[in-house]
Amino acid sequence: MTDKERFVPDEGMAPASTAVPAAGALEELHKPPRSQWLDVWDQFKSHRGALMGGALFLFIILAVYLGPFFWELEATQIDIRARNQGPSWAHPFGTDQLGRDMLARMMAGGATSVSVGLTAMLLALFLGSFIGVMAGFFKKLDGPLMRLTDLFLALPLLPLLLVMMLLFREPLNAAFGPEQGIFILIVISIGVTSWMPTARIVRGDVLALKEREFVMAARSIGTTNSGLITRHILPNVLSPIMVSATLGIATAIITESSLSFLGLGFPPDFPTWGRLLFDATDYLQQHPERVFWPGMAISLTVLSVNYLGDGLRDALDPRIRGR
Amino acid sequence: MLTFTIRRLILAVPTLLFISLVIFLLLELAPGDPMAQVPLTVPAEVKEKMRLALGLGEPMHIRFWKWLVQFFWIEPQVLIDNIFGTSLAEGQLRVISWQTRSPVMDIVVQRIPQTLWVVGTAYVVAILIALPIGIYSAYRQYSWFDQMGTFVSMVGFSVPPFFSGVLVIVIFSVQLGWFPSIYDTTHVVDSWDAFVFQLKQMIMPVMVLALQITAQLSRFMRASMLDNLNQDYVRTARAKGLSEYVVVMVHVLRNSMIPVVTVIALGIPSIFGGAIITEQVFKVNGIGQLLIGAIQANDLPMVQTLTFIFAVLIVLFNLIADVLYGILDPRIRYD
Repeated sequence: MTDKERFVPDEGMAPASTAVPAAGALEELHKPPRSQWLDVWDQFKSHRGALMGGALFLFIILAVYLGPFFWELEATQIDIRARNQGPSWAHPFGTDQLGRDMLARMMAGGATSVSVGLTAMLLALFLGSFIGVMAGFFKKLDGPLMRLTDLFLALPLLPLLLVMMLLFREPLNAAFGPEQGIFILIVISIGVTSWMPTARIVRGDVLALKEREFVMAARSIGTTNSGLITRHILPNVLSPIMVSATLGIATAIITESSLSFLGLGFPPDFPTWGRLLFDATDYLQQHPERVFWPGMAISLTVLSVNYLGDGLRDALDPRIRGR
Repeated sequence: MLTFTIRRLILAVPTLLFISLVIFLLLELAPGDPMAQVPLTVPAEVKEKMRLALGLGEPMHIRFWKWLVQFFWIEPQVLIDNIFGTSLAEGQLRVISWQTRSPVMDIVVQRIPQTLWVVGTAYVVAILIALPIGIYSAYRQYSWFDQMGTFVSMVGFSVPPFFSGVLVIVIFSVQLGWFPSIYDTTHVVDSWDAFVFQLKQMIMPVMVLALQITAQLSRFMRASMLDNLNQDYVRTARAKGLSEYVVVMVHVLRNSMIPVVTVIALGIPSIFGGAIITEQVFKVNGIGQLLIGAIQANDLPMVQTLTFIFAVLIVLFNLIADVLYGILDPRIRYD
C-alpha cells in the first residue's frame, strides 16, 4: 500500500465532495454536509445487481415471514384426496404426496431456513469479530487465538458437522423439544464452524488500525482499552464485518439445506427448503416441479445475498466510492 | 525455504495430534451403540462380550493410544508390505471397521479410485475452463463477457450441488434420457463401448462439480489479473513495444498465477472429501459416500480414520500452498 492510498479512506468521511465542476460549486456549498452512510448508499445504488439482490432478498424475507398471514392453508394440513396435484388456483405450487399445500410448505420451510441462516450468521459473526478483535488488539492473545483459528480451518467441516448432528441431537431434543432442540443444534454447529474467515479479516484490519494516529490520539487522552475497542476500532472494521455477514447468511442457508438433504437436519414433518428438496427427489420422475420450487428458492436467496454482499463490498470501500 | 518447510512440518505434528484427539473425543461422546443392529434375541452378556471384542471395554486413553499406534505405526508397515512384499505387519492388529470387520484402510483404498476419477476429472475440467474465463474477463473488464462471467460464477456459487445435481438428472436422464442417473462403480472399461459408457456416466457429476469449482477459480483468476494489469511493469512492457499477447499472456499471466496456483493447491483436499453431497446425489461409491454410511452405522473407527485423513490432507496442502507461494514469488521471504 502506498502513502497516497493510505490517505484516501479519510476522504470518504469528509463532509462534502471537493471535486465538483464550477457551475455546481455554489449549490454544493449550500447543501447540508453528507454523512458517510449517504455516500455508501449512493455508491450502492449504482450497483444494479446489488440493488436487485437486496430487493429480492427483502421480498423473500417478507414472503416467508408474512406470507403465512395471507395464505390460510396450514403447512402440515393433510388432505389425502387432493394429493399429487399440479399447480392450480387453490394450490399455486401444487400439493405433495399427502395432499399438503406446497406453497404453505415452501413458506414454512423458508421461514426455518432463513431463520437458521440469520441466527447462525449472527453467531458466527459475533464469534469471528470477537476473536478477530481480541487477536488483533492484544498482542499476547494473537498467537494462541490465531493457532486456534488455523486449527479450526484444518478441521474437515462437513464430516464434523455430520458427526455433531449425530452426537447432540438426542440430548438437545430431550431438553428443548424436537424442533427447538434441532434448531439450536444446527445454529450452533454452523456458527461454531464458520467464524474463521471473519476472524482472520477482522484481525488483519485491527492490526493495521492499531498503528493509526487516531488510535494513538485516543490512547493519549486516556481512553481505556474497552472504550478504544468499542468507540474507535469496531466502527472502523464494520465494513468487512458487514460483507462477511451477507456471505455468512449464504453459507449458513446452504449448509443447513445440505444437512437436511443428507437426512441429518430437521425432522421429516418439519419442513425446510433442504428437506422439501430431499423429499421431492423420491418423486423425481412423476413430479419434477416439486424439486424445482425449493431448489429455486435456495438458489435465489443465496444468489441475492451474494449480489448484496458484492454491492456492499464496493459501497463500503472508500477507495472505490466516489469513482 | 528448506528450514521453513521443515519447521512447518514439525509444527504440523502437534496440530494433527490435537485434531485427532478432538475428533476422538467428539466420537467418544456419541450416544450411538455399535451393537444396536444386533438382533434382540442375542442375550445381553453375549452383547457385552461382543462389545469387549471390539475393544470398547478399555479406558478412553488406552483406546486413543491404540488407534494412534495402529494408524501411525502398523498401517505404514502394511503399506510397505504391500509395496515390497515384506511381512513387517504380520499378525498385528490394524484399524478394523465395525461394519465390515475388515481393515479400514483396505476399504478406503477400494473407494479412492471412484472419488479420484469423478472429482479429480471435475477439478481438472474446472481449471481448464476457469483460467481462460478469468483471464479474458479481466482483460475486458465490464464487457458483456465479463458481466456474463460474473453472473455465471455467482450462479455457480449460489446453486447448491444437491439442486444442480437433481436438476441435471431431471433434464438429461429423465426428460432426454441421454445419461444414466446412477453412477455404476462396478463398470470395467475394456472396450470402446465401455469407455463411451464410462464417459457418459461421468459427464453429469463432473458437470455439477466443475460448475462450482469454476465459479470460485474464475473469480480468483479475474481478481488476480485485475490487480496486475494496472501495475507499472505492464506499462513498461507495453512501452518497450512488446506485443499485447506477450504482455498479457507472459508478463501479467505469470504474475497473476501465483495466488491462483496456491488456491488450486488449497482446493485439492476437497477432491478427496468435499464431494460428499455430489457423490450422494449420483450414488457414486466413493469416499464421501463411505463416510456418510459409516456415520449412519455408528462405525466409529471408520469415521475417526476418514475424518483424520481429511484433516491430514488439509494440513498437508496448506503447507504445500505456502511453500509453492514462496517458490513462485521470490519477493516472499519466510526466514
